[in-house]
Amino acid sequence: MKGNGETGEAAASYTADEMMTVAASRELKDGTVCFVGIGLPSEAANLARATHAPGCVLIYESGTVGAKPDVLPLSIGDGVLAAHADSVVSVPEIFNYWLQAGRVDVGFLGAAQVDRFGNINTTVVGPYESPKVRLPGAGGAPEIAASAREVIIMLRHKTRAFVEELSFVTSVGHGAGGGSREELGYPGKGPTVLITDLGVLRPDPETKELTLVTLHPGASVEEAREATGWDLKVADDPGATEPPTERELELLRDLKARTEAARGGAN
Amino acid sequence: MATVVDLREAVAGLVRDGDAVALEGFTHLIPTAAAHEIIRQGRKDLTLIRMTPDLIYDQMIGMGTARKLVFSWGGNPGVGSLHRFRDAIENGWPVPLEIEEHSHAGMANRYVAGASKLPFAVLRGYVGTDLPKVTPTIAPIECPFTGEELMAVPALNPDVSIIHAQQADSRGNVAIWGISGIQKEAVLSARRAIATVEEVMEELAPHPFQIVLPAVVFDAVAVEPKGAHPSYADGYYDRDNTFYEAWDPVSRDREGFRSWMEEHVLGTENFGEYMESVRAEGMVAK
Repeated sequence: MKGNGETGEAAASYTADEMMTVAASRELKDGTVCFVGIGLPSEAANLARATHAPGCVLIYESGTVGAKPDVLPLSIGDGVLAAHADSVVSVPEIFNYWLQAGRVDVGFLGAAQVDRFGNINTTVVGPYESPKVRLPGAGGAPEIAASAREVIIMLRHKTRAFVEELSFVTSVGHGAGGGSREELGYPGKGPTVLITDLGVLRPDPETKELTLVTLHPGASVEEAREATGWDLKVADDPGATEPPTERELELLRDLKARTEAARGGAN
Repeated sequence: MATVVDLREAVAGLVRDGDAVALEGFTHLIPTAAAHEIIRQGRKDLTLIRMTPDLIYDQMIGMGTARKLVFSWGGNPGVGSLHRFRDAIENGWPVPLEIEEHSHAGMANRYVAGASKLPFAVLRGYVGTDLPKVTPTIAPIECPFTGEELMAVPALNPDVSIIHAQQADSRGNVAIWGISGIQKEAVLSARRAIATVEEVMEELAPHPFQIVLPAVVFDAVAVEPKGAHPSYADGYYDRDNTFYEAWDPVSRDREGFRSWMEEHVLGTENFGEYMESVRAEGMVAK
């Protein structure tokens, strides 16, 4: 089944974040093995599982393989991830036998900062020795970015996140562009798509520079340019993202409502 | 061989000033009771090791327990920053904190090498990132068979590793089920090891995805019910998301943090009393 092959009436009203999550969920093909980061990627991957991709195998770095959470986890090792998983393995096993061994089709990542070649910073803003902001650090991202066959990144479009130069390269996307990722010897293709709350960016086939190829309804090229810290490359004739269908929106809102209720219920 | 003892005795006898200490737990089974006992006993100059430092390392760092942190991801999962961790790195409060940071894959492989008593581990990663520039314990190595360039990371062999598990049996064998993270490697790589458990059973019963760490690998086993709160113990209690959220405002401010720690951790005798104290404050779910 094709990711964006859902049919249905376009929803009447939705937020930019909902559009971003729906657009990201459509990138996940049914049956793929997907290594999922917490937060937005986890939301999009579970929406995909609820809509067009029920056969996706979701892997979380805590060691859950084939996780089927009925509510969104707050952290990467919530009990709900283990409860219905096909298997639960140790952390060395998930990184060595699964990720490094090439068993992961798609790495689904968030970021604090990204540059024009899809390199990611989650370490520091400012100098490493005296950071302006100390971020959480690498986690599983460097090896996900290295070894997954391809990488999907989700990040809200803001100038402080879409930067000309990263303070720190935590995870490699397309390096310095062109063939530089291949030269580093990485097996995976690197970032194939970056989904924001304004549109969709894909790497130029030659230069690997992220290019705005699709705009979400209501967003403009000017708005995307203003929210980007470098001179954003835009496709000659950027397409329009199909708005969320009624069904996509209903399932997404159900998922979030169930999550809220479960968190409230635990209190 | 493990003996079932009081946690206070275990920490007093096995955790020393200046030690490299790993309190592991990957979201699940985080050894909070043991961390609090280390703080109560006033340990200093520790090198704290953990893949995912969260609230307990935030507390230990804020109380000046650590001089160095070896880690791969430091945050309050699902909530945001660890404010004491950030204040220590950004401003050196209350004492400067040296950091040595890796990726999860690097840390996991360091523990594997440590558990295998090998000097280092190899992995495919780090190339092209800035991590090798700031972390001296990442170095390239050529495969002697294929010539492929890989990255080497040295073994981790903590002086003491501490984990929390669901159960032990009366002989000191320790059972974990559900997400077991890096705990097996943390214990097997350490010179000394302590487990806190929810309860001691006559015999261990099988559970899905269970591992059993034999008594011979532990120096002490202590019973601490709810000892992983606010994280969870599969089969016993759920993750207390309320507490993780409540930690954020408590830890933002130095004074507020200190007085909270003095009241609830230093001002209580043990974890049971601590739980009563934070429950009375309304910080605990249910």
